[in-house]
Amino acid sequence: MTVSAMAPPGSMPQARLDTRPLALLAALALTALPLIGSPSTWATLTVAGLAMGLIIFVIASGLTLVFGLMDVLNFGHGVFIAAGAFVATSVLGGMSAWTLSPSLAANLIAIFAAMVAAMSAAAALGYAFERIIVRPVYGQHLKQILITMGGMIVGEELIKVIWGPQQIPLALPEGLRGAFVFGDVAIEKYRVLCVVIGLAVFAALLWTLNRTKVGLLVRAGVQDREMVEALGYRIRRLFVGVFVAGSALAGLGGVLWGLYQQIVVPQIGAQVNVLIFIVIIIGGLGSTLGCFVGALAVGLLANYAGFLAPKVALVSNIALMVAVLLWRPQGLYPVTNR
Amino acid sequence: MSDALLELHGVHTHIGAYHILHGVDLAVPEGEVTMLLGRNGAGKTTTLRTIMGLWRASRGEVRFRGEAMTALGTPDIAQRGIAYVPESMGIFSDLTVKENLLLAARAAQHADQLDAARLDWIFGLFPALQTFWLSPAGKLSGGQKQMLAIARAVVEPRALLLVDEPSKGLAPAIIGNLVRAFSELKAQRTTILLVEQNFMMAKALGDRVAVMDDGRVVHAGAMADLAADEAMQQRLLGLSLGAHQ
Repeated sequence: MTVSAMAPPGSMPQARLDTRPLALLAALALTALPLIGSPSTWATLTVAGLAMGLIIFVIASGLTLVFGLMDVLNFGHGVFIAAGAFVATSVLGGMSAWTLSPSLAANLIAIFAAMVAAMSAAAALGYAFERIIVRPVYGQHLKQILITMGGMIVGEELIKVIWGPQQIPLALPEGLRGAFVFGDVAIEKYRVLCVVIGLAVFAALLWTLNRTKVGLLVRAGVQDREMVEALGYRIRRLFVGVFVAGSALAGLGGVLWGLYQQIVVPQIGAQVNVLIFIVIIIGGLGSTLGCFVGALAVGLLANYAGFLAPKVALVSNIALMVAVLLWRPQGLYPVTNR
Repeated sequence: MSDALLELHGVHTHIGAYHILHGVDLAVPEGEVTMLLGRNGAGKTTTLRTIMGLWRASRGEVRFRGEAMTALGTPDIAQRGIAYVPESMGIFSDLTVKENLLLAARAAQHADQLDAARLDWIFGLFPALQTFWLSPAGKLSGGQKQMLAIARAVVEPRALLLVDEPSKGLAPAIIGNLVRAFSELKAQRTTILLVEQNFMMAKALGDRVAVMDDGRVVHAGAMADLAADEAMQQRLLGLSLGAHQ
């Protein structure tokens, strides 16, 4: 019998997925259905909410690991989002022949190029950010908050220097405009792309975290950094890798968010900063699955509330966070030892 | 001291404003079990953490195989072949037993690459780990967690094991299992520096003993000599062997 083939008897406790937070998502969606009334409107809002949630997940997934691994409160995460979005304006602007082409393949190639460029730029920026701004303040939360917020302000000013202070339109490529219509249900094409990319990122993260040694180290480091070092691994190096990867994902999220808003301003990152902190708190600090479920819940609720009671939508996410923390004070999927 | 695998010379350690170790001198001979005894607060845990680089020695020198380690980081110290089992056990509760062991095996990328013969030997020592192979470590009992912590330290060959109070809070039957496991490691001439409050366990396992008090080693010698001398036990540890039998 090989080592990996060994399995405990059925009566022994095994690692099981806690499905109650997932049931929360289903409950949220099903509760909204009678309130909205029209199934077609509900379906449209649900897909829009999932798309928004998955974009937020892409942005926030790196931040939750950064906090979980090194206890770093990075309030400057938004600058990577902004950098990604602005790089996308340049790349897509330079590839206007591709974005204006009626060919969907040409459109997707342009978007893919923008994503690669945005992720590369955000990763490089993240590396510099960690070296210059974060590293001197390890273990000092107040200083982390102040200096990372300062870093974001400096980053926004640098963006204004490079791209100018004005807002820049970021139009969807031709092939991604409009919606797929199924009966009375209209689903925007771009949101389908967001869902596909968001799910691909989630699958890649889960695979990396659960099927690779690096992922195992990250999960262990989130629980007990000191013990990981005592086993002979350099957690600082791991942390830099996670910080850079998280920054790259934020850059990718910036492209998706910019195209979602169809307009990019230097403060685009700061605008979603609060939202992503709500998501990682709801999910449980350091938990990727929690971040995923939290982001979907935030996205769905924002869309349902925006339709049912637009004034309530402004506080819906805060209300969701309060409700979740009353239910599970450590978040939906708390990480042990934190 | 020339045959010692690990040597500490005049090691001082400060934790914040507190001066914990006041010039520790200690030698751990290769292939033997050295017990580190002492009252609560004597500096035993601090000594192990200083050896591992988890707390920095402010003065003095730690040498391993003759190499100065005082300036090395914890990962570098571990990579020289030193395994550490902390008092808290340091188990990754959200990871399975398999994942905890895979993490400790630095050379293995997947569970398939774990040394099967060594794993069989570990399962022989601690059958519960095979039973709970795919269970989250957080679901294990206290004794099983301790077994996992020790298994993690020996899943690959290590030159030196630093173990901090493995019997703490465990039932006598579990302590018996641990004593058997350490006895087997001892029979294989594994070098161990073992902090322990349980004198019977120390007596059963130790070749050498160092007794600490107030951040210093106040006695070092053969474990058998201390075990045979109740007056010395009373003087050094404030106990009588009779009370522990």
